[in-house]
Amino acid sequence: MKFCSLWIGKRSIFRFGAATVLFFQVYLAFAALNQPAYAIPAFARKYNLPCSACHEAWPKLNNFGQVFRDNGYQLDNGKDSPIWQSPTYWPVTFRITPQWHRNSSSNQKVDSIPGNATSPPIEKTITSHGFDLSGVDIWTAGTLYKNISFSVLPSSDSSGSFHFENAWVRFDNLLGSRWANVKFGKFELDNMISEKRFLFLSADGGVYQLYHFLPTRETTFVSGGANPLNPGFGLGDNQFGVELAGHSPNSYTRYSLALLSSNDGNVSVPNSSYDGFASVSHAFEINGLGLERIGAYAYFGERPTNFNTAGGTPITGAGSNNKSFYRAGLNSVLYAGPLDFSLLYLHGWENAFLGTGTPGSVALPTGANAPTWNGGFVETHYTYNPKLIFVQRNEFIRMSRQALASDPSDLGNLDAYSFGARWYPFMFSRAGLAWHSEYAIVKSAKTSQVSGRDVWSSSVLFGLDFAF
Amino acid sequence: MARTTAIAMRTTAWSCLFVFLAAPVFSQESHIGNLTGEATRGKKLYQRFCIGCHGEQGDGRGENAVYVDPRPRDFTAGTFKCRSTPSGAIPLDADLFNTIGRGLYSTAMPPWLPLTRQQRVDLVAYVKSFSSRFREEKPGPPMEVPPETPASEDSIDRGRELYQATIKCALCHGKEGRGDGPSAPTLTDSKGMPIQPYDFTAASRFKCGQSNEDLYRVLMTGLDGSPMASFSTSLKPEQAWDVVHYVRTFQPDTHAKVLNFHAKRHTEANKESGQLGFGSPK
Repeated sequence: MKFCSLWIGKRSIFRFGAATVLFFQVYLAFAALNQPAYAIPAFARKYNLPCSACHEAWPKLNNFGQVFRDNGYQLDNGKDSPIWQSPTYWPVTFRITPQWHRNSSSNQKVDSIPGNATSPPIEKTITSHGFDLSGVDIWTAGTLYKNISFSVLPSSDSSGSFHFENAWVRFDNLLGSRWANVKFGKFELDNMISEKRFLFLSADGGVYQLYHFLPTRETTFVSGGANPLNPGFGLGDNQFGVELAGHSPNSYTRYSLALLSSNDGNVSVPNSSYDGFASVSHAFEINGLGLERIGAYAYFGERPTNFNTAGGTPITGAGSNNKSFYRAGLNSVLYAGPLDFSLLYLHGWENAFLGTGTPGSVALPTGANAPTWNGGFVETHYTYNPKLIFVQRNEFIRMSRQALASDPSDLGNLDAYSFGARWYPFMFSRAGLAWHSEYAIVKSAKTSQVSGRDVWSSSVLFGLDFAF
Repeated sequence: MARTTAIAMRTTAWSCLFVFLAAPVFSQESHIGNLTGEATRGKKLYQRFCIGCHGEQGDGRGENAVYVDPRPRDFTAGTFKCRSTPSGAIPLDADLFNTIGRGLYSTAMPPWLPLTRQQRVDLVAYVKSFSSRFREEKPGPPMEVPPETPASEDSIDRGRELYQATIKCALCHGKEGRGDGPSAPTLTDSKGMPIQPYDFTAASRFKCGQSNEDLYRVLMTGLDGSPMASFSTSLKPEQAWDVVHYVRTFQPDTHAKVLNFHAKRHTEANKESGQLGFGSPK
């Protein structure tokens, strides 16, 4: 990774972001010294446990939280049934993040004469900043009955437009075995390194680029090309389907097999085809270091390249000429005392029709290939104490074969770096609050729409991330 | 010169005070097998996992304590229910280690098996640091559990006689083991808080383990801090086994199936996590 050039290229932004973040981190580090931690979000309210019991730093789970989740939100202490709860127990968690953020992207396509769509396009750096809101999650989960658990998560964007981020029922410990649990509905794939529970919120840092990466020509194809109803794909997106999963008593060994609709979790886009996901992991203890987990995963799917139309408009769900793709890789979460490292390697492959954005009903363009790429990231967390955590992530994606032989070999290559800190000034009174600070920068090679130059994006975010 | 001496004395005094204050934490250790637990590491884990109920001072006065029934253990008293040591004695490190891993069924204390063995050993060290008893007393020899006698009809009959009439378990636990004996409403723990006798019919496993050996051990060592006394001087081993066999009959078939399930699960869990046999002196 060439982060030296990244620093130089964005020196002024980096200096602003780094200086500000550093100031707050030093301030927060002193403020958080040796304070005990308390936290009682929804499950913590139910079980009278601090948030930090299940979370390394919420929302990131530790192994105790993972076991609780794997057990179908049951602690197995004889108090799982809702009848044990106080009538005042409120089983719903809200989460929202009032924030200040600054986002900037270079080489963005704009009209050379503002307001004149016919004027020749030029490229410009677009920067915006100000106070804002995140979306809001309103999440409830628990047990319907012993060994029948559920989750419903209506989630909105910052304008208040809601969708169901997840909604599922899970039958736990079937046949008396924790190796047989069946989940049905819309749910997160069993990614060892969860994008739903990670510690980044900014526009550029708040996603794992690898989980959502598509070759450059395909992104055009999906969003505005001949096949706009193609839902695309994101390994980090919640999916519709059914999952068979299991785990050992400590969740040291885990597996998941899922059959999914080929719609990337979008409602009413059935597409009449199915994807498959598999993951397996194993953890072991190293004295003096902690728990070390390694695993592997694979996702195989297909997407339509044609749609039946009515009056020229594609009919939702009426896709045809499906073409395949896959993602596969290795992942691990390694602890070394207060440090832990999340490592991920991914190999991606797309059918040439998908990769070039070509409908299956027509011939492939000359020089078309099935694009492939490799990527990885190293995410580091330093948990000073349950109330203060520092995070950083290096991520890279390298195309190993372009969809068109004529494309530059590095088209779409991506480098990303994020760092930040979360300080939980208190985890008390049945709610959680975190002061979140983050800086992220992303370089996407030769993807500007007019000149084909590199696009740089950066984000700074400070916010109060709270959950009740 | 005098000023230098005064500074030196002051420095020494502060150093002594620091060592004195720090000693209970920094010197406390625990030992399980080849693992050594350190209170300094355990403190961080305690603040993460335990402080909400047991409190920063280990006195059972965490922010959630008032919502929890039974109340969280007061570690400063150095009194623990689940032990392999004689009544009134402090527990072995292994007893505390097992309690953390197993949890206390039907209480707010969950099984902490997901923590690594080292983390649990460190927690044991820190829990011990709250009470001076662990610095001043020895735990005493763990009680040996003799081989179990056959669980025959005769044994159950003898157990019934002991339970109902001789040692009068029924006074607290009730004639049918439902925890509703005539003395039940009057019982309090060592803190003066009302305490309910165990309802053998309701739970699929017991607080201090799910095996017959665990039940035998509770009968013979008692549950310190509660009205449950030790019967080691009033029962012969074969009589204690008779009581165990009789108490088991309170659990309906459905519970017995669950019991077997849990026993199997916990055997697996123990195997994976290195949970020790109860009271193992390792």
